[in-house]
Amino acid sequence: MTSLIDRRMGIFLAGLFVLTVAVPIGNLAFDGKVVPSYIVSLLGKYLCYALLAVALDMVWGFCGILSLGHGAFFALGGYAMGMHLMREIGDRGVYANPDLPDFMVFLSWDELPWFWMGFDNFWFASLMVMLVPGALAFLFGWFAFRSRVTGVYLSIITQAMTYALQLAFFRNEMGFGGNNGLTDFKDVLGFPIQSDATRAGLFVCTAIALALGLLIARAITTSKLGMILVCIRDAESRTRFMGYRVEGYKLFIFVVSAMMAGVAGALYTPQVGIINPGEFSPANSIEIVIWVALGGRGTLVGAALGAILVALAKTLFTGWFPEFWLFALGGLFILVTLFLPKGVLGLIEETFARKKKPAPALQEAKA
Amino acid sequence: MSVHLLLDGVNRSFDGYKAINDLSLAVDKGELRAVIGPNGAGKTTMMDIITGKTRPDSGGVWWNQTVDLTKIDEAGSARLGIGRKFQKPTVFETHSVEENIALSLKAERSVLATLFHRQTEAEAARITELLELVRLEGDRHRPAADLSHGQKQWLEIGMLLAQDPELLLVDEPAAGMTDAETMRTAELLRSLAGKHTVIVVEHDMDFVRALDCRVTVLHQGHVLTEGSLDHVSANPEVIEVYLGR
Ligand SMILES: Nc1ncnc2c1ncn2[C@@H]1O[C@H](COP(=O)(O)OP(=O)(O)OP(=O)(O)O)[C@@H](O)[C@H]1O
Ligand SMILES: [Mg+2]
Repeated sequence: MTSLIDRRMGIFLAGLFVLTVAVPIGNLAFDGKVVPSYIVSLLGKYLCYALLAVALDMVWGFCGILSLGHGAFFALGGYAMGMHLMREIGDRGVYANPDLPDFMVFLSWDELPWFWMGFDNFWFASLMVMLVPGALAFLFGWFAFRSRVTGVYLSIITQAMTYALQLAFFRNEMGFGGNNGLTDFKDVLGFPIQSDATRAGLFVCTAIALALGLLIARAITTSKLGMILVCIRDAESRTRFMGYRVEGYKLFIFVVSAMMAGVAGALYTPQVGIINPGEFSPANSIEIVIWVALGGRGTLVGAALGAILVALAKTLFTGWFPEFWLFALGGLFILVTLFLPKGVLGLIEETFARKKKPAPALQEAKA
Repeated sequence: MSVHLLLDGVNRSFDGYKAINDLSLAVDKGELRAVIGPNGAGKTTMMDIITGKTRPDSGGVWWNQTVDLTKIDEAGSARLGIGRKFQKPTVFETHSVEENIALSLKAERSVLATLFHRQTEAEAARITELLELVRLEGDRHRPAADLSHGQKQWLEIGMLLAQDPELLLVDEPAAGMTDAETMRTAELLRSLAGKHTVIVVEHDMDFVRALDCRVTVLHQGHVLTEGSLDHVSANPEVIEVYLGR
């Protein structure tokens, strides 16, 4: 049996732990002089992306389902949390309406639509963060997998799904704030959302969510079910002849992954302070695939690493030459597919393996 | 003896070409049956129809005289107890040899059961037993991708046995094997007969002779003749379409 925490997972989790301790201390204990507050939220955002990448890696890396619509599950989770944050504003909005969010007052709605009911409650909203993406993934997967839609056709309909949602969320009548989305949040669980302590708290929560997400993904992918996922990826038809109902397995991992993406989105919204239909854009979903490919498909830790590296590069690059980011990303993707089939993680591990070879005694002593 | 598998006037065409043409075949429980015939005779397609991969245009396919196999999908046929070895050996290349066997073992196939599955000692023992039988014990931790063609054939036979099916459909098992291995395969399949029903497709006549069983000759999707190997090889039609080539 493969262990839950292997070497790479151990190293990654240790690094994450150090970051989780050091970043809030560096920010709070030194009044933002060592780690500025905006960096805390920025790093928190990266960790959300990392969790999203892990979610995608479960379906793509292990089960071979190239979803180009995972941004939709992320955005839905983000909206579910955003709806709660809107409710927490209460009567502190511009229109000071205690019952309705500003945008509804602006659209002169009289009452809260039924699908906003319950979102006052944080725990209800947290449940929806997973249930809504999970339900969409279930419905979508139920039809797609049962009709044996695979490969590029499946990828195309997942793109269509996220695009359709983007168009829908742009509409004011939908009741999700139209193209402005949801923003101007004040508190989360009663803590002022802009305060350094809250930001640090959100960062720590995200780090914990990422660690848990990685462990859950690892537990699933190292189970017998996880091995069957790989069978499906490598020889789907053969797997059926062994008596496994492939549709059920795909549906399971797709739904779990969508829920994880939803959690990532829910943690993202309070840290960036806004969620809008742009998050549903097809390009976003493609970018997630690039993170995973770049970091190392089917490695979980690599996917997380890829997301963080690309997000970091994007932050730096868009600061220098904003117009060229997409070209740089595309170029990077091509280079990695051509020269690093195992991604950045593969490169790192091979480099270490090579360095270690001349001194096997040292390696043993360490292990 | 009761009829285990019955094909009754089965037809199937692909783009107007009748790959299976009024095919009728009955195989008894515990019987070992060889199916021979020229390339394109429809042997593999017949197995596709039995296992629910391909639906017949017309005709009936019956399991134990009661279950209609034309209504069942691939996974369903496997769950009924039909195991298949493919003409082109397909093993799970990234999994180790041992894992290939472990995943084939007869066990609950549901999502939740596999999620929480822990390997039992009985399963571990069975895996070792099967690996010894197919002589891959020494390679158990290697990825299946590393095996030679012949070894993959053996691994697939091991995977088939791991499923412990009632009916084994074995498509050209001897391809890529040495003469000695071919004979060992024939011996193995013979030893299975009785407890299992076995249908073997093969072109290697020495192998078919070694099976020492009833032979069905398929030609253009139809049964040309049936009987002992000596009987069918004396048939002038068989000599013309197949043996005399
Ligand atoms: N899915 C399919 N689509 C189109 N044609 C098919 C399909 N499956 C089988 N055929 C055709 O049916 C005919 C019978 O093929 P089949 O593979 O059953 O032959 P076979 O007896 O197994 O031959 P071989 O000894 O070469 O394996 C062939 O002409 C083949 O091209
Ligand atoms: Mg064939």
